[in-house]
Amino acid sequence: MSIDVEEHETASPHGATPGVAPTWTGRFRRWAVRDLPPDKLLPDTQPAYVASWIYVFGALTLAAFAVVVLSGAVLAIKGPAWWHVSSAGLFVNSVHLWGTELFFFFMVIHLWGKFFMAAWRGRRKATWITGVLAFVTSIATAFTGYLSQQNFDSEWIGTQAKDGINATGAGAFWNVLDFGQMLLWHVLLLPLVVSIFVGIHVLLVRRRGVVPPFDDSAGAEPAQAEPAGTAS
Amino acid sequence: MPNLVPASLIDLSRPGHYVHWGFIDISVANLVVICVMVLVFVLAITLPFPHGRKAKR
Repeated sequence: MSIDVEEHETASPHGATPGVAPTWTGRFRRWAVRDLPPDKLLPDTQPAYVASWIYVFGALTLAAFAVVVLSGAVLAIKGPAWWHVSSAGLFVNSVHLWGTELFFFFMVIHLWGKFFMAAWRGRRKATWITGVLAFVTSIATAFTGYLSQQNFDSEWIGTQAKDGINATGAGAFWNVLDFGQMLLWHVLLLPLVVSIFVGIHVLLVRRRGVVPPFDDSAGAEPAQAEPAGTAS
Repeated sequence: MPNLVPASLIDLSRPGHYVHWGFIDISVANLVVICVMVLVFVLAITLPFPHGRKAKR
């Protein structure tokens, strides 16, 4: 049995867009091309108001996130016997820790900047919310990271945290004294969730544009691509 | 021993120092980080941004 693709692509039954097959892949492609055209997805210029240091901290957060993910992947490959004993392991472990410190450092300054410029203006509420979700899940990821160190520090943190987690009622299924559970959450589930939120957040920034300052907002509608000469 | 240099600057074998101010109870290390973040934030919104090359259109 064969499917006549040409017939689908040229027909427009039930008001479907000509040239797009009435399938979920066709609808997804139409949506993606309409909302995220290449010039929005990878812009080569930014509005003039982006020429400020405060707009740099989102990209710095992404860079720190990449360092954390890559160093974490190396730690996962080599294991705790390596990161606790060897010089290279201690170094990569430190890179993972300090990358995380910088990730939160940059992310909080990014948050302050966006809060004081009310970055949810101009149909950017979803951008703001996905940023909040990325921030909250990052805290949980960092917390499980402290529990995954496999040293006295992680044991102390686990025993101190269990009462707090139990008080919320979550301790029944989220046991901070269960090293295996915390490690798996730290290296698989939570990084996956953070990556998804960060990815959606960045795509929404591309879709709606960078929020303009108050003086330049004029309703704060999504900025059109204007040549600014400040390619960033 | 390369670890002696940082170890001599900050002694990590002792309990940390804490600041007590009313109901606020914070370690000096965390307070320093927060102060540096505020400083960087103020610098980020006040320092001029270097202008790169003009886009050719």
